[in-house]
Amino acid sequence: MNFDFSDEQKMLREQAHNFLRDKSPTTVARNILEGNESYDQQVWKAIVDMGWTATRIPEEYGGLGLGSLELCVIAEELGRSLAPTPFSSSVYLATEALMMAGSEAQKQHWLPLLAGGEKVGTFALSEGPKAASAGNLGTAVEDGFINGLKLPVADGDVANFAVVVATGNSGPGWYLVDLCAEGVERRPVKSLDPTRSQALIRFSNAPAELLGGAGQGWSLTEKLYDRAAVLFAFEQVGGALAALDEACEYAKNRYAFGRSIATFQAVKHKLADMYVAVTLARSNCYYGAWALSTDADELAVAAAAARLSAIDAYHQCAKENIQTHGGMGFTWEFDCHLYYRRARALAVNLGNKWQWEDKLISALENRGEVLA
Amino acid sequence: MDFNDTPEEAKFRQEAAAWLDANARKKEYANQTWASILEDKSSANIVRLSRQYQLQKYEGGWACLHWPKEFGGRGTTPMERVIWGQEESKYIVPRGVYEIGQGMAGPVLMKYATEGQKQRYLPPMAKGEEIWCQLFSENSAGSDLAGLRMKAVRNGDDWLLNGEKIWTSGAHYCDFGIIVARSNPEVAKHKGLTFFFIDMKSPGIEIKPIKQISGGSHFNTVIFDDVRVPDAQRLGEEGDGWKVALTTLMNERVSVGDAPGPNFEQAFSLAQTVELDGEPAVKNKAVRSQLAKWYYQTSGITYTKYRSTSALSRGETPGPENSITKLVGANKAQEIATFGVDLMDAGGVVWDEELVEADARFQNAYMQSPSMRIAGGTDEILRNIIADRVLGLPQEPRADKGLNFSEIPTGSANK
Repeated sequence: MNFDFSDEQKMLREQAHNFLRDKSPTTVARNILEGNESYDQQVWKAIVDMGWTATRIPEEYGGLGLGSLELCVIAEELGRSLAPTPFSSSVYLATEALMMAGSEAQKQHWLPLLAGGEKVGTFALSEGPKAASAGNLGTAVEDGFINGLKLPVADGDVANFAVVVATGNSGPGWYLVDLCAEGVERRPVKSLDPTRSQALIRFSNAPAELLGGAGQGWSLTEKLYDRAAVLFAFEQVGGALAALDEACEYAKNRYAFGRSIATFQAVKHKLADMYVAVTLARSNCYYGAWALSTDADELAVAAAAARLSAIDAYHQCAKENIQTHGGMGFTWEFDCHLYYRRARALAVNLGNKWQWEDKLISALENRGEVLA
Repeated sequence: MDFNDTPEEAKFRQEAAAWLDANARKKEYANQTWASILEDKSSANIVRLSRQYQLQKYEGGWACLHWPKEFGGRGTTPMERVIWGQEESKYIVPRGVYEIGQGMAGPVLMKYATEGQKQRYLPPMAKGEEIWCQLFSENSAGSDLAGLRMKAVRNGDDWLLNGEKIWTSGAHYCDFGIIVARSNPEVAKHKGLTFFFIDMKSPGIEIKPIKQISGGSHFNTVIFDDVRVPDAQRLGEEGDGWKVALTTLMNERVSVGDAPGPNFEQAFSLAQTVELDGEPAVKNKAVRSQLAKWYYQTSGITYTKYRSTSALSRGETPGPENSITKLVGANKAQEIATFGVDLMDAGGVVWDEELVEADARFQNAYMQSPSMRIAGGTDEILRNIIADRVLGLPQEPRADKGLNFSEIPTGSANK
């Protein structure tokens, strides 16, 4: 048995780690938090130059033709560094959606552009503060034109195009929409985590091209979300570990009552529990990575377990990192809030935890037996 | 990333499976326990059947896998030991009687006993002819084991032991035991301990079963009244008992297995059977939420073990994974037991195998599970291990540091 990444994959992770430590320290995320830019263009360009956007795209479409496991190790480091780029929207969602459902012509057109970072894509499902479902979509497509409102769309203000879930004649479908076209109105919105931009997009008779089968938008979305959940879970684990590292470092060097606060069991047990939560999440992520890379039947269950454990681990590490820092953790100056913001953004981006709990238990009910 | 054995591992697994198939009964369902098929559950019968199976294993070359061949073991790699464990767990076989002896006493004898003693004691331990127990904990020394008070006083070529040990499993049927006692109270607590092995039939030993909160009695108090132990049965130097004890405790972390159920599967299956608000409880959102958390904890434990097995397979030393899986597993078991009782509504209070769901498994577990969070390292000690050894945090200052044992303050609960 080798339930671990290969030496090459570990080397890639280390390379990604060092690269992001140098190019995207938390000061970069902070610039985006405090400034007017939606993402850091230099870091994005450097990531594209490293070839990360091309990771899973087959060579015939201008990609590197690597597997999902390579993408997983990159995702963990992106999560750890809080790098403010549209990577997840463009790679985990738009690129994967095109690879899953694109016609030959669509793949030939879009994949080389995505691989080379010339175009940025995103995925648009949510329509305001409610759980989206196959039956409650207000966005609709008729005769190749789309109408309706999407909120929030991650990176929607900077992406060139979006895969939009909208109701067509045969039910929900996926539609490719050029976000620079006439009939698209968009603006960034204020969000809990400004280090990752969110937009409101209004479609008024904008051109829309079907992606995948008509009426298959909902089942495609579920499949896409299972895949993306594993990748985002690696980002969550990376971020949770960064918050835990920060908490440990601060606790060791902060003295109270004449001793390092890390010597108090009330503090060290809290830190131990954070480590336990991250370890459970990481182990579930590894299984998710295996299921993703082999397209196993277990993917639905593995993805839900990875996502739920990663949501909980990031939440626990981010909030207890603030608590460990005491009053300093509540200051703008310390980085604790960056993880606290990102933890929430990643906890809701693919549907909230109740939906994933329901997906998990439903999958287990259908399976009839339990492996773990 | 794959789940496959190497060719050598596959061959070993095949041999193990073939032997087990010929010598043991396969489980009919995953959670079937040996105890559940026993008609006579007396400890005499359990010991008799355990001896039988151990001898079978010894004769087939499957006893004490990690021991060297010369003492009756098989000299396997740690990975092969894991594979054996996986295969053996598919069969209904007696467990528990030999784990402490072979897992803890055997290795300590190998390291500290004379050649003659190893030849005398190890092969019978491997064959299962002689059963060993461990006498470490005391009323006033559990997590703080080095604070133990059992007195060892030198008397000619012997030592005289006086005091009380507690939580000794199987003391009443064991032949020998390993014990740590205080030989010098006028030095720091860790420095005044000495380690011995003893004959459990020695005059002056009195064994009293402890009645647990569950009503059962799996453990004993062992009282020592001027028990004479030859100096030749000392393991390690006088005053080095703590060092010797640490060797055995490290082995305990390897040998203590999974926290016993109830597990996710049992909770899931109960939720499908029991009704809540006119439909199967599993349809209830709050129940689903709870189940989902236990599922990811369960899979997280399973895959954490896979990761440590992979590290073993590559020849790396296992890390602190056992502390994590035991901490999570024991708490989860207690929560699931409580959930099971609650799900049965008012009927959950009935603790009668004939009258309630799942042979009263959840009621039994409710009363049994508090022990899982204490035995083999309390939740609190496990968190200290993770914090200090994994996260590298500084240790808590100790109030007994720099004091001789006799000067250390004690409370009224330290009898």
